[in-house]
Formats: sequence, structure tokens, C-alpha cells
Amino acid sequence: MALKRVNAVVVGAGAGGGVVAKELACAGFTVALLERGKWYTAFDCRKDDLRNQRTTALGCAFGPDDERYRRVVVDAHGSQCIVRPSDSDYNNNAACVGGGTFSYGAMAWRFMEQDFQMRSIYGSVAGSTLDDWPITYNDLEPYYEKAEWEFGVSGDDSTNPFKAPRRKPLPMPPLPPSLEHTTLEAAAKRLGLHPFSIPMLRNTVPFNGRGPCMRCRWCVGFACEVDAKNGTHNTVIPKAIASGHCDLRTNSVVKEILTDARGRVTGVSYFDADNHLQEQPADLVIVSASATESARLLLNSKSPMYPNGVGNRYDWVGRNLQGHAYTGAMGLMDFDIFDDLGPGASLAISDYNHGNPGLVGGAVLCNEFIRLPIHAAFMPPPDVPRWGGAHKQYMRQFYKRSVIVMGPVQEMPVYDSRVQVDPLARDFWGIPVARLSGHRHPQDLVTAKYVAERAQEWLREAGATQTWLRLPGLDLSGGQHQAGTCRMGNDPKSSVVDTHCKVHDVDNLFVVDASVHVTNGGFNPVLTILANAYRVSDFLLKNWKPA
Amino acid sequence: MGWYKHLSRRQFIQIGAAAAASGVSCNGPFASPWRFLTAAEARTLAAVVDQIIPPDHDPGADWARVVNYIDIQLCGPFTRWQNAYRDGLASIDRSSRAKYHRDFALLPSDQQFALLRAMESSEVSPDAWDRVSPAAFFDLLLNHAMQGFYGDSRHGGNRDHASWKMVGLSYPQIRGRQHYEPQNS
Repeated sequence: MALKRVNAVVVGAGAGGGVVAKELACAGFTVALLERGKWYTAFDCRKDDLRNQRTTALGCAFGPDDERYRRVVVDAHGSQCIVRPSDSDYNNNAACVGGGTFSYGAMAWRFMEQDFQMRSIYGSVAGSTLDDWPITYNDLEPYYEKAEWEFGVSGDDSTNPFKAPRRKPLPMPPLPPSLEHTTLEAAAKRLGLHPFSIPMLRNTVPFNGRGPCMRCRWCVGFACEVDAKNGTHNTVIPKAIASGHCDLRTNSVVKEILTDARGRVTGVSYFDADNHLQEQPADLVIVSASATESARLLLNSKSPMYPNGVGNRYDWVGRNLQGHAYTGAMGLMDFDIFDDLGPGASLAISDYNHGNPGLVGGAVLCNEFIRLPIHAAFMPPPDVPRWGGAHKQYMRQFYKRSVIVMGPVQEMPVYDSRVQVDPLARDFWGIPVARLSGHRHPQDLVTAKYVAERAQEWLREAGATQTWLRLPGLDLSGGQHQAGTCRMGNDPKSSVVDTHCKVHDVDNLFVVDASVHVTNGGFNPVLTILANAYRVSDFLLKNWKPA
Repeated sequence: MGWYKHLSRRQFIQIGAAAAASGVSCNGPFASPWRFLTAAEARTLAAVVDQIIPPDHDPGADWARVVNYIDIQLCGPFTRWQNAYRDGLASIDRSSRAKYHRDFALLPSDQQFALLRAMESSEVSPDAWDRVSPAAFFDLLLNHAMQGFYGDSRHGGNRDHASWKMVGLSYPQIRGRQHYEPQNS
């Protein structure tokens, strides 16, 4: 039996869905916000270095769980395997209220103007579907600002000459510098680079009724014990609920988008917390389930009008799966540079995002979050064995002396890197699982090597006595920065959604997450997801009325 | 860790039933102080992890209860690797007996080291390794030993925070709550 009709169903309470739910609910729309995971709070912070979202040796702390979820991964040789969320090639993103924003490292980057015009600036790249976004930085700028002020961003990018123009400064100052920060900052200046404090969705002073970061060692991958990291779970979603118009339903796994004989979306079917199948009728459906899961949901929503999945008339749903090829260098100092002041990442240079000779794009370079001993154990220099007495001696001698500088290479989208639904494998609820296949573009590795060598120069200037590169491989991208699978574009034959993130051939179905990113910048994507969600919300409020 | 993923689809569909019927118990084999491991397996494993993280003036993996960590996890998140451990540890002893005529735990340290190096680089005689890949099993042991030694003590390893003391980290943490589930030990 169908549930009471709502104005809008939002699938996924992560970055995109949280914003849309709040904007709609606060404008009087009735909203059902469906989230497959649970609602965790600061009190669920366990600081468990073997069970979190970054180290999943004993599982993913904030979902999805290994018991009920599976994916199929096809490797470069065409052999397929079934993987669990705690396996690295599952390309997991957290499944909980807040999604990735609950446990992320919280870098809050605005993309640069060039990042929206990659094809115009760099031309076509063989083997890539590289293209411009159909919108520009200027279309997003007011919404970047809105995200920075409603969520709360700290940092100081005033000394970054490469940044796109901003009208308003960030609402909070950066944290006081660590020894690593001052050491790297001075070295960057000596090299003629332009270091600045990373914008972070992190309180450094009291903001939004919550306190500042207490600078512990357990940041990215963990819940914040003092609730100083700002995600949708502690900003917009509570506001949506307080409006009285948003019904957040956790442990609710959406099976299908439902359509009528004319092809209009009528709602969704989902398994509730008791695993009972429910039908939720709605005027509007907004899919914000992550690049992998949004594509999977569209592909799983088949009907006579949409035999290959809704929105997939031209076979573009699930294609161009991308993320970031992390690249950089590691160095060892001859003094203890570790002063145990979290989160670790604090300083960036944007000198190598664009304008690199002969390259397409580039990456921002940052110092890395604090490595716990379990991380450091898997990062010895090339001349130290992986195990045995020499490895132990390395850990003892250099744990407090290592520095990593790295960054996310803007990837070239590849048409055959894709999400499909597997014809046979199903999850706990009997829903066909995502099937991931493809590889990175070879150009990404060229860019990665160039950027890593720049990182190495920086570390040497900072006094590192030994340095080595940490380079990505050609394997399929995705991960927590997954993007691109429901491309935004003007041509329905080569994209999935239009500039308003409406699925081309359906009037009342929207995709609002990183799936719509044409390219993914040389930056962590979350602030762009938030800004775009505000932009789409504005469009919805202007063109739809609460019934 | 190449082998465990290549389950057939039939195995996947039956995943729930397979776990229940795998014929291994976490109540502990008779007369073993461990949950999953037999006393002999635990002895072999202790010798292996002490090669991966050997004792010197700081404790090694065996003292830090890495075997306890692995044994606990084999009845939890590592359930899927029960057969790999059962077969792999047996293969280590078979390799050891074939080459040195003694169980692995009884070998002198340099022979233990040499045998593990051979496993790591797949240079062991395949006769003893009909069920698991020696290199893949070595990688699994390496990962789990590092977790048990450098990971959080709440999971049964890193006794007295030995590794954290070794690298110079303060314990307990100065900032923040100590907000843990009860420790398994």
C-alpha cells in the first residue's frame, strides 16, 4: 500500500541530498528524505584506527556494512570479482546521515574558473570525453558563498593568487599553525610558490552553536568527537527536520524510481528499516545517492518507457566514472616534525592546478592529515623492506619525522569507465548490485608524475633528507570523490541531466550529487556538490510549488 | 590477497549458507586455548608474526598479542579467511618440514626468515601450497600482523600500547574522551 503523497522524495542524506531537503522543506515542501544508513552523532566517535571510513580492516564504521552490501568489480584483464564495502576496490563512500560529510577530512574547495571549461582551454584529449560544464564558475559563486556561510568554513585563501574571485571572505580563521605548516610554508615561499591555509568545513572558533576543533589525531575517516566538522548531518538536515516538513527515514534502501505510462516519475519504492517494501508517491524525485549508487538506481529503474533504465535513453548513465588520482611525495626529516596538532592537513599551494607545461589540468598540493602508526606502517621508503627488523627500526626512528605532500589530480573522463548493474549478483534486498569496470586515462599518470615531482622539490626545500614519489596507478578511479556518472550537459545525446540537473527526458526527476560533474577539478569536490545543490534548489523553488 | 575475491556467483548467492556450513567453529577446537586456532596453528602463527615484527629492545608481535588479535578477528570480521588460515598455516609447516625437516616454530630465526621471504616472492616449492597462494597468504599475514601490532589495543593486540610507546606517542591521549567498547581479550 502506498504511503501518503509528498511533494518531494530525496534519495540519500549526504552532501547533495541534505541541502536540497533543507531548502525545499524550509520553503514549505513536504519532503521524505530517505537514507540507507543510520544517523550517527559525535558520541559515535570511537577513534578506532582499524574500523573507520579510511582504514576498513575491521569494517566501515559508518557504513555500508559488509553483511548486506556487495559490488562486482571487473579488473583490467576482464576478470570479475565480488567485493565487500571494506575492500578497497568497492570504492566505498559512507552510508549514513551526512554521507561522506559525517567523517570526511572536510577540505572546502571552490573549483577554479578553468575547471568548468577544460575542453575550451585544453582542447580534446584522445581517449577521453573531456568537456566543458554547461555552467560556469560565476553561476556557482553565490552558492559557494552560501555553503561557506551556512555550513561554516575556516581557512585563509587570501594569499592564493590563483583562486577564482570571491565576494566574501571565509567566515572563520585558520587554526594556529603546526611545526609542519610553518616549515613547509617557509620552504614554499623560498621556492617562489604561493602557500595558503586550506579552507576547511571545520570550526576553528565557536560557530553555529558548536565549538572549535580540539586538534586531535583522528580526523579524516572518523566522526568528530567535539562536533567541530561541519556536514549536512549537523547543519542543514537538523534545519530541514525543524521546519516540520521533512521526514528523515533512516535504514531506508531505495529499490526503484517509479514511473507512469507517460514516463513521468510517480515516486519511489524502498525497503524500510524492517525490510518491508514501501511505495512513496511524490511530485518530485531528487536522487543524491553518490556517483555509483545514483547511477545504479537510475539503471535499476526500468519500465516500458525506459527499458534501459530511466534517463538512459542514450546509454550515458553510469559512464565517465571518475574520482581523483592522488599523487605526491613523502619525505623524512632529521628532526621530529610531528607535534601532534591535528588534523594535519593545513597548508596548500594552487600553483600547479593549471598552466603546467604540456599538461591538461593538474592538482592542488597539500600537506597530509596525520598518519596514525597503522598508516605509517604501510608507507616505508623504497629502500626499507615491508617487514622485519629493518621495518620496525624505520617505524621507531621516523614515525615522527615524515611529511607527505600530495594532491588530487584532475582526471580525464573515460567513456568506458563506468557503473552498470550486474546481471546476476544481488544485495541483501535482492536489488541488482553495481558493476564497476574501466580504468584511468593514461594522461592522468603523466600529470601525476609532474605534480609529484613538484611536491618532492618542495619537501627537499623544506629540509627532507630523503624523499620519494607516491604515484597512482591506472586502475579504475572512484572512491570517496566519485563523480561523473550522470553528466550535466545541453545535449541529451551526450549527457544525462540538463543545466538544472533535471534528467533530460523526465520532467520531475533530478540528480543532485557529484554524478553530474562533467569534470571533477583538481580539488576535493564536496563544496562544489553543496554549492550545486543550493543552485538546483533555487531552480526548484522558482519552478515548483508545494502542493 | 588475490584468491578470496574470486568466488563463483553460485558461492556468492549462497554466501549466508556457506558461512554457517563451513565446518569450522569459533567455540574453539577442543583443548585449544584459542577461539579459532588450534594450539599448533597458534604456535606457527606466533613464530611468523615475530619474524614480521621481531622483538628487539622493544617488544615484538608475539609479545604484543598479535596472535590473539588475529584469533579474535577470525571469529568476526575475518571469518572469510578462516579457511585461508587453516590451509595456509598448514602449508607453512609442510614447507618447513619438506625443506628443513622440522615445524616452522622450531626453526632457527634465519631459516624462518628465509622461508617467509620465499613465500613472499612465491619461490617456495608448490607441493605444499595446493590450496592457497603463498604470496597472497603472506600478504594477508603481513597486513594482519601490522594491524595487530600497530592498531588499537581494544581489538586484542598492541598489548600495553607497546607500538605506540615505541614510536613515541603519548598514551592515553591528552585530548578527548576515552570512549571505547569493552576490550576483547
